[in-house]
Amino acid sequence: MKVTLTVNGAMHAVEVSPWKRLLDVLREDLRLTGTKEGCGEGECGACTVMLDGEAVNSCLVAVGQCDARTVTTVEGLARGDVLHAVQKALVACGGAQCGICTPGIAVCAAHVIDRGLVIGRDEPSARAQVRELLAGNICRCTGYQLIVDAVIAAAREVGER
Amino acid sequence: MTSYLRPRDLEEAVVARAAYPNWMVLAGGTDLMVNANHKPIPGGILDLWRLGEIGFIRVGDGAIAIGAGTTWHEVERHPAIRDRLLPLALAAREIGALQIQSRGTLGGNIGTSSPVGDSLPVLLALDATIEVASVRGRRSIPYSTWCTGYRTSLLASDELIVAAHIPLPGAGTWTTWRKVGTRRAQSISKVMGAAAIILDGGTVVSARVALGAVADRPIRITAVEDAVRGLSLARAAEAARAAVRTSIQPIDDIRSTSVYRREVAENLVARFFTSAAGVS
Amino acid sequence: MDPAVPAIGSSLPRVDGVAKVTGRARYLDDLDAAGAWHGATVRSKTAFGVLEAIDLDPAFDWSQVVVATAADIPGANVIALIEDDQPALVKIGQRVMHVDEAIALVAAPTRALAFEAAKHITPRVRAMTPVYSLEDALACKQPLYKDTNVFKQFLIRKGHEADAELDAAFARAAQVIEGTYDTSPQEQMYIEPQAMMAEWRDGRCFIVGSMQCPYYVHKAMKALLGCGPDGVVITQSVTGGGFGGKEEYPSMLAAHVAVLAAKAKRAVKIVYDRDEDIAATTKRHPCRTHHRLAVDAAGEILAVDIDVVMDGGAYLTLSPVVLSRGVLHAAGPYRCPVVRVRGRVVATNHPPHGAFRGFGAPQTTFAYERQMQKLAIARGEDPLALRKRLALRSGDTTATGQLLGFSVGTDEVIAAIEGVAGTAPTRDGTGPTGAPVRRGRGVCFYFHGAGFTGSGEQRLAGRATIALTTAGTFEVRSSSTDIGQGSITMFTQIAAGALGVDASLVSVIDPSTANVPDSGPTVASRTCMVVGSLVDQGSRALAGQLQTWAAENGLGGRPLLEIAKARSAHGELTHTVQYEPPPGIEWNDTTYTGSAYPVYGWAACLVDVSVDLDTYEVTIDRCVQAVDVGKAINPSIVKGQIEGGTLQALGWAVLENVVYKDGKVANANMTNCIVPTFADAPDLETILVEVPYPFGPSGAKGVGEIPMDGPAAAVANAVENALGVAFDRLPISPEAIAATKSQWSPS
Repeated sequence: MKVTLTVNGAMHAVEVSPWKRLLDVLREDLRLTGTKEGCGEGECGACTVMLDGEAVNSCLVAVGQCDARTVTTVEGLARGDVLHAVQKALVACGGAQCGICTPGIAVCAAHVIDRGLVIGRDEPSARAQVRELLAGNICRCTGYQLIVDAVIAAAREVGER
Repeated sequence: MTSYLRPRDLEEAVVARAAYPNWMVLAGGTDLMVNANHKPIPGGILDLWRLGEIGFIRVGDGAIAIGAGTTWHEVERHPAIRDRLLPLALAAREIGALQIQSRGTLGGNIGTSSPVGDSLPVLLALDATIEVASVRGRRSIPYSTWCTGYRTSLLASDELIVAAHIPLPGAGTWTTWRKVGTRRAQSISKVMGAAAIILDGGTVVSARVALGAVADRPIRITAVEDAVRGLSLARAAEAARAAVRTSIQPIDDIRSTSVYRREVAENLVARFFTSAAGVS
Repeated sequence: MDPAVPAIGSSLPRVDGVAKVTGRARYLDDLDAAGAWHGATVRSKTAFGVLEAIDLDPAFDWSQVVVATAADIPGANVIALIEDDQPALVKIGQRVMHVDEAIALVAAPTRALAFEAAKHITPRVRAMTPVYSLEDALACKQPLYKDTNVFKQFLIRKGHEADAELDAAFARAAQVIEGTYDTSPQEQMYIEPQAMMAEWRDGRCFIVGSMQCPYYVHKAMKALLGCGPDGVVITQSVTGGGFGGKEEYPSMLAAHVAVLAAKAKRAVKIVYDRDEDIAATTKRHPCRTHHRLAVDAAGEILAVDIDVVMDGGAYLTLSPVVLSRGVLHAAGPYRCPVVRVRGRVVATNHPPHGAFRGFGAPQTTFAYERQMQKLAIARGEDPLALRKRLALRSGDTTATGQLLGFSVGTDEVIAAIEGVAGTAPTRDGTGPTGAPVRRGRGVCFYFHGAGFTGSGEQRLAGRATIALTTAGTFEVRSSSTDIGQGSITMFTQIAAGALGVDASLVSVIDPSTANVPDSGPTVASRTCMVVGSLVDQGSRALAGQLQTWAAENGLGGRPLLEIAKARSAHGELTHTVQYEPPPGIEWNDTTYTGSAYPVYGWAACLVDVSVDLDTYEVTIDRCVQAVDVGKAINPSIVKGQIEGGTLQALGWAVLENVVYKDGKVANANMTNCIVPTFADAPDLETILVEVPYPFGPSGAKGVGEIPMDGPAAAVANAVENALGVAFDRLPISPEAIAATKSQWSPS
C-alpha cells in the first residue's frame, strides 16, 4: 500500500507492505539509519521514535498504521546544527559510550523532558523518576548513572529557558 | 500481500471483522508485532489504533467505562482511575515501560488473554464486565467468565472488544495490586495479583482476590474469598495464605519455579489483607 | 602550553559523542554497499552427533539464493585462534559439537528471503550422547577433546613443592574455611548484535564489521581463505558494545560473509537477530571453584588450596587464557605463604564459552571473597578490617611469587570505602510496599592484573604509529578499537597532550589492517595502559623529530604547529613505537611463577541490600566502588567504564543468567535473558583512586575489566549479612533466596 507519513517535518510517500515494521521503513526506505534495532521484541528501546508525539518502539509498529501520521526520529531532534538539550548533555556528561542505544535514549529522554515529566534537580525523587521513564531503554555500557545525570541536566536547562 | 483497513467507525470495523475473520486485529502491536519480521505475514490487518469509538474513558455514577483502545499511558494518567481504580493505574504503570505503555491497550490485554496479562487480575478483582460488538449486535460478558483457557476467551471470531466497564468500589472497599516480575521494569510477571476487600471496621465482609501467572489463565481464588468472610484482617491474612496454598498449581518455566510462585502468591495475598489494616 | 591542549586528567567530551547522539555514527547495518545481499546461517538443532547430509527442500526455489557449505571454503576450514579445532562450517562426515553450530549458509537479495531459505535447509545429524556437566566431562565417558576432555590445566604452587607440605600447613591450622562456589554463564548483551560484511575486489577480500580485534579476524581469514596478509583487509565499523563478546566470535561471521561473498560474487552482509546472537555466540564460562583456606589462631592465612573447573563448551577458543586469568586471580589479593591452585577447563557440548569482561577473574574472585566473608564471620571480625589486615601491599608477594613494588592501591581503596561507609543499615525494616525487609551490608576487596598475562605483551610486541599528515594534522594509527570504552577520545587526549596541540588537530583513524599496525587486540584492560603508552611515546618522539627537522631547517624555536605545517609540505612523517616490557618483568610459563602481570588494579566495594520478605527480591540500595586506576586520563570516561562494569556485575549477581536446556540456550531472547534496566540500577558511587603506574601513560593502568570482578561477591556477602544464610551460587535469584527461607537467622 501507499503510506504517506511525515518524518522529521518532511512528508514521505512509500509503497510498502502495511505489515512492514516502521523501523525497517525508516532504515531501508527512507535511509534514516539513526534508529537502531537491538532486539526486534520491544525490549531494548534502541528503535524508539516519537509517533504522533508519543515515544514508541518502532519495531512494534506496522507501517500501515503510520499513514497520515507524524514521526520524529533521532535525526529530527536537533534544529539544524543546534542539538537538543539532552543530546548536548549526553555528550557533556559522558552518557553515550558505544552509542548504539543512544538514539533511542535521546528520543525518549527528549520526549519526557519536553513534556515536562522530568524535574531538573539532582535529587533522589527526580533520579527515580528518570529511571522509571527511561526503563524501556536498555544500555549495557554505562550503568545508567551518567545518562541519568545528563537527562536531569538537560531538564534543568530546558526548564530555565 | 497483506490487505489493510483502518475503519472510520466501529460499524465499519465490525463489518470488516465479520467479512475477514482471519485478518489480524491490530491496535498497539506490543504483542502481535514482537519479532514481526520473522512471523507469518497476515492476510490482512484490521487496524483499530486510535479508533475513536473505542478510545475513551467515561466516568459514570457507579462505574468507569474504559474503551478497548485506551493505552496504558492514558489509563495510568487519568485522574479518576488513579483516584477510584488505583489497582488498574498501578498495573498500567508496571506494564513494560513508557514505550509499551504508549501503545499497549486495555483491549489488547483482554483480547490476548495471556495468563501474564498484567491488568487481568485487576479486572477480576474489580468484577469488570466486557462489552463486545459485532454485526450481530452488542453483548456484555462478565470478566469472571471471559477466560476459557490458555490465551482463549469467549470473544467470538466476528466480535471486537469495545470496552471494559468497571464498577467503582464502595467506600468501605480496600483495593490493591502487586506485580512480581523478572526485574523492576520491562518485565514479564512471575506472579501478580489484585484484591478488592469489603470491610466493616476491621472485619472482612467479603473479598475478591485474583492472581495472574499461576495458572493457564488469570484466576479468582474463590477458596480465599470463602475463607476470609467474617474474619479480622490479621486472621484473614493467615486464612488466605492457607487457602492460596491449596488452590493453585503454578508451573516451572524459564522465568521462575512452581515453588516460588506458590510461596510468593501466598505472601502477596496475605499482604493484601494485612495492608488493608492501615486504612480501615 | 597552548591552553586548548587537553590536559591529562580532564574530562574531554567524547570525540565521537556528537555523531552518536545525532544518529550519524554508522554501524555495520547502517552501511550501504551497492547491491549487497544478506546472509543467514543454517544451524544444528542437535548438540552432538555426526553430520551425515545437508538436505535442501526440493520444493523451494533455490534459483534466487546462494548456498554455501564447508566445501566452499578455499583454505583451511578452521577459525584459527589458539588451536585450530573449531570449523567455520561443519563438514559432512564431521562431528557437530553443539546446538546452533553453523552448518551451512545462505545469501539472498533480501534478509527475509535469506532467512526463509535457511529454514528449508535441514542438516541430517546422527545423534550421539552429549556431555553437559562438569562431572561427565571429567569422567570422559564420551571424549569430546583428545582423550581427556581437558582443554587446559594449570597448577600453581607457592611455598611448597609437594602436596604433603600443603597438607601439613592445613594440619597446623586453627581454622579451615571451605566452600564450593558456582558461577553462572553470562551473556554480554551488547546492544548491537554481531554484524559483518564482505566484498571481493580484484581477488582481495574486504571485510568490515563490528569487532574488537581486527588482527584476530585477519589471522583467522588468512588461514580460512588461504591467502597472504595482503589478500584480506579487515576494517572495524563503529561497534555497538563488545565486552569480550566481539573478541573472538567475529572471526566466525567474517568467515561466513567471506565465503558467501565469493560465491554470490557481490557484497554480503550478515547481521544476527537477537535470539540468534544469544543462542549461538560465546558467554562467560560457568565455573565451579572449590576453595580451602587455613588460618592460624591469630587469623593469619597459613595456606589456600583452590580447585577451579570451568566449562569451556564445545571448542577450545580462548578457554586456556580465560582459565589462566582465573587461576592467577584465584588466591586473591591476600598475603599467603602456601598456595596451591589447580585449574581445568573442560569440553562439553554447550556452545563455546569465551571472552567476557573480567575473563575468568570474576568467577574466582566470587569464590575467594565469599571465603573471606566466611572467615570474618567465623572470627567475629569486621569484614573490611579483616581484609585490610590480610591484604597484599608493596613488598608482599602474590601467589605466583611476584614481588609487588609500585602502584599497589590497597590502603587507598580501603580507606576510600571506610571514608564513605557510614552506618550499616538496620537489619529489620519495612519496604516501600509495606512488606517486611531484611537489610544487609557486604564488602569486598579485589585486584585485577592489567594487560596480558605473563610474557604475552612481549610475544605480541604491539605497535602504534603517530603520523604527521600532509594536511599538517596528526593521526594515531593503531588497531585498538573503540567499542564504546572511549579509546578514540583517550588516544586523542594522550597524543594531543604529548604533542602539545589542540585535540582537534589529532584524529584516531578507523582501524583497518590495511593502514594500522598490529597493536594487539582490544582486550585485557590493555588499551590505555599498553597502547596508550605507545601513543604517548610515539607522539613525544614525533614531536622530537619535528624539532630536529626544524633545527636543521632554520625553524628552531618555532611553535610545533608551525613546524608541523612546514614539514607537512614535504610529505608524511611517521613514528612507530613497539612495545618494550618494563624492567623487572620475569615470567616462567612452565612453572607459572613470576610476574603474572606488569601491574594490578586494586578495588574495594561496598554494597547495601534489602531483601523483600514477600517476594525475596534483592534491592541494591547502595553500591560504592573505589578503584585504583593509576591515573584517570579522562575521569568521565573512566567513571563510565567502572559504572558500566559494576552494573554488569550486579546484574550477574542477582538477575542475569543463561539457561541451558539439552545444550541449547533456553532463554535466547531479551525478554527472558534479562539484564538490568534503568529501574533495576542503583545510583552508583564511584571513587577514583590514583596510585600511578610508572610505565603507563601519565601513570595510568588498566580499568576496563576490574569493576566486573568484585561486586557479585559483595552482593552475596550483603545478602548473607541480611539473612544469615550463605549464598555460594549465582545468580542470587528470588527463587534461590526463597528456597533458603527455613535457614534464615531469626528476626
